[in-house]
Amino acid sequence: MSNFFEKTDLTRKDAENIISETLNKCDDGELYLEDSKSENILLDDNKIKSSSYSSDLGFGFRAISGEIVAYSHSNEISKDSLNQSSKNLQSTLKSSKGTYNHEIPKTNKNFYNDINPIEEKDLNSKLEVLNKVNNYLRSKDSNVKQVTSSFSGEQKSIEIIRLGGQSITDVRPLVRFNVSVMLEKNGRKETGVYGIGGRQSYDSYLDNENWKNVCDEAYRIASVNLESKPAPAGEMKVVLGPGWPAILIHEAIGHGLEGDFNRKKTSAFHDLMGQRVASEGVTIVDDGTIDKRRGSLTIDDEGTPTERTVLIENGILKNFMQDRLNARLMKTKSTGNGRRESYKHVVLPRMRNTMMLSGKNTQDEMISSVDKGIFAVSFGGGQVDITSGKFVFNCTEAYEIIDGKIGSPIKGATLIGDGPSILKEVSMVGNDMMLDPGIGTCGKAGQGVPVGVAQPSILIDKMTVGGTKL
Amino acid sequence: MVKDQEYLRNKASYCLDLAKKLGATSASVSVGHSISESVSFRNKVLDESNRSDNLGVSITTYIDKKKSSISSSNLLDENIKTLIEKCIETTKITPEDEFNGLPDKNLLANKIKDLDLYDESHIENDKKIEYLKELETATSDNDKIVNTESGFTENKSNFILASSDGFCEGYKTSSFTASCVAVAKDDKSMERDYDYTSKCFLSDIKSSSHLAKETREKTIKKLSPKKIGSEKINIIFDKRIASSLLSAFAGAISGSAIARGTSFLKDKLGEQVFSQNINIIDQPDILKGLGSRPFDSEGVKTETLKLVEKGQLKSYLVDTYNGKKLNLKSNGRCGGTSNLFFENGELSFDELLKSNSKMIYVTETIGHGTNLVTGDYSVGAAGFLIENGEFKYPINEFTIAGNFKEMFNNLTLANDLEFQFSTNSPTAMVEGMVVAGK
Repeated sequence: MSNFFEKTDLTRKDAENIISETLNKCDDGELYLEDSKSENILLDDNKIKSSSYSSDLGFGFRAISGEIVAYSHSNEISKDSLNQSSKNLQSTLKSSKGTYNHEIPKTNKNFYNDINPIEEKDLNSKLEVLNKVNNYLRSKDSNVKQVTSSFSGEQKSIEIIRLGGQSITDVRPLVRFNVSVMLEKNGRKETGVYGIGGRQSYDSYLDNENWKNVCDEAYRIASVNLESKPAPAGEMKVVLGPGWPAILIHEAIGHGLEGDFNRKKTSAFHDLMGQRVASEGVTIVDDGTIDKRRGSLTIDDEGTPTERTVLIENGILKNFMQDRLNARLMKTKSTGNGRRESYKHVVLPRMRNTMMLSGKNTQDEMISSVDKGIFAVSFGGGQVDITSGKFVFNCTEAYEIIDGKIGSPIKGATLIGDGPSILKEVSMVGNDMMLDPGIGTCGKAGQGVPVGVAQPSILIDKMTVGGTKL
Repeated sequence: MVKDQEYLRNKASYCLDLAKKLGATSASVSVGHSISESVSFRNKVLDESNRSDNLGVSITTYIDKKKSSISSSNLLDENIKTLIEKCIETTKITPEDEFNGLPDKNLLANKIKDLDLYDESHIENDKKIEYLKELETATSDNDKIVNTESGFTENKSNFILASSDGFCEGYKTSSFTASCVAVAKDDKSMERDYDYTSKCFLSDIKSSSHLAKETREKTIKKLSPKKIGSEKINIIFDKRIASSLLSAFAGAISGSAIARGTSFLKDKLGEQVFSQNINIIDQPDILKGLGSRPFDSEGVKTETLKLVEKGQLKSYLVDTYNGKKLNLKSNGRCGGTSNLFFENGELSFDELLKSNSKMIYVTETIGHGTNLVTGDYSVGAAGFLIENGEFKYPINEFTIAGNFKEMFNNLTLANDLEFQFSTNSPTAMVEGMVVAGK
């Protein structure tokens, strides 16, 4: 645990006094302190391209009155700097008269260990793995023309100090291993990317040759794409594979269920609480409590312990995801979804691990029921327009389905759909729920935070596929 | 106030001296400070204020051809010392790369031109609030507008870039940005649109009434969209989307994509990659330009480049490392393009709209469907159906797809270029793209 008051003229007592002076007439707010260390090692084009290390230290001071949020952050933790921030907050909230909400539940649970993954392994052993990755892939096939592989590791130590001196702390490890391979055959180039990660040490990647599985998967995707044909264009049935394709649920449904968009009534879901928004059999939860997952958090960035929040139960909308601000204004409780990228950013309601739970069907049943459609196994990025509800996805591995059978791989297909209606088009839910490999980063209002997703195979009756073949 | 040049220079030389003392054969450092203050509004009341104070240093150390780097926001001498020690230790065990090194001394910027990138003016939060109040009041001046959000940000930055080869330069920049997002609603639909203005000088930003009018009209125009069928058709890219074609082009000619062989424009230097009347310029010395800079992020001087002349690719974007790999000199594009633009075409906007009896006018795209390795392009889109030169009705939930190689060859530009951002395009038409709809 970092001691934020060790090398500064600011004592804990001073900080508590400034907090008390600033927040006593506010509804909420806190001093958030963060000390993060991160490293990134990249192999590219046969060489170690970069090895970088970063250490970041700073505070974010927040005061809330009614609906108004005043925020000020700096990377200088000192008496002067905190006083300057305090002044800035008070100038925004000149006439505030709130009642401070002291309620923050406590937790004894921990969903990851207090470790620093960067220091646990020396640099040489990481460099060695990256070189092995490069040699392994290049010796596998002479069509391999480019290999990029990277490790990134992070330890983020945070402390939240609230009015009255309550202090809440958390230490969060995070690692990520990634492989990208480009194949070239008969003048055609295609790429395959795969990665794994979580809130743990590098051990499981470096020790038991787990990295080989990641290489094999990236290579397999690139090989499939080398044989791919232009994707069809138009409306058709779509089978989504289990695991990572749940990022579609995250974009299409998840964002629309975040508290801020619903309080502001800019989400297409804001007036649908308690109503049917998905087919029967569709249950979606947002869970921050899964051991060592990328989207898991012991406490969120406001200090609230995370939980498993049921968003949609058997097709009925049950809950939104809340941070403290939106929960208070919507007269409900925080669900532990208050997150921020760093001390430089304000808290927003954000997803953790968003999962559609298993149903009864098998993937084979789904495929064999489709006359003409596509089978999407993996996606690249996606995006949603919260207001119109429209979302898109780019398939990185997909196949056409003809007469109930999987056909040729197809390239570069984009899927476009309508968030509020897409779940009503789900006609089968698989019995094969799978977690994603731990690679997701969600962007919102310019802030990126690590998230997880999970789902079984699902059959969507109607979706627009944006290929080039009419 | 942002830290002055003297403070930044002192930090930079402390870092360089220490790096050399600890065993670096060469090193570069950049130290920067920025302060930004913003206010945001929602439905005509104050929603948020945000003050951001960012100090940061990043250091790259070399031991001959070995390299490593660190960055930190903690500028206490003691912390910097620990980090540089760590950086040197890492450098020692990082394998050599023959292309590593500082830029060629002859290419470094020596006379730094003042490009007029800093405005002393300071706008107090109270004044920002006044602007936003007017902005939202004017934007909401229609029953269909049900929600407005807006923001005003002032940013002041200063930085210094220094290297063990004696380069030590930096300058202040400022920016003032106002933006507005509106949500409109009718019994069939809810739609959102936005507009924003961003300039180096406060006096140059759009007026609140201008911004309000644009936002309001754009948003209401989108209500009650229809779906369309799948077909091959000409697409007109609104200016704000057309610039994304330029960004994709810039990504595909970046030195690293070319050197790594991961670009569809590799080995195309001197070849026809656009239709004959297309010219693309990257001009770093536009006064008050949002992308202007006298030198790149390695200190190499920047000059105007004609990237594409009469459709022929004339130049890649080259930095020192990839330049050595490609056997080319750096052209001062480490960190990418500066002010990038298509030169105007010959048709007026109206003529472009009338060039075909039925076309699709795209005002926004969503998704990341740009593959620079293959040139494949497929994104979600929204916009309008155009018939006989007229906007018929709004459309959405469709995709547009093609391949940049063909799209670039089928490109026609209007003559309505404006310098609003750092990358700018006139309205653009691409013939024969595939639209997928219902």
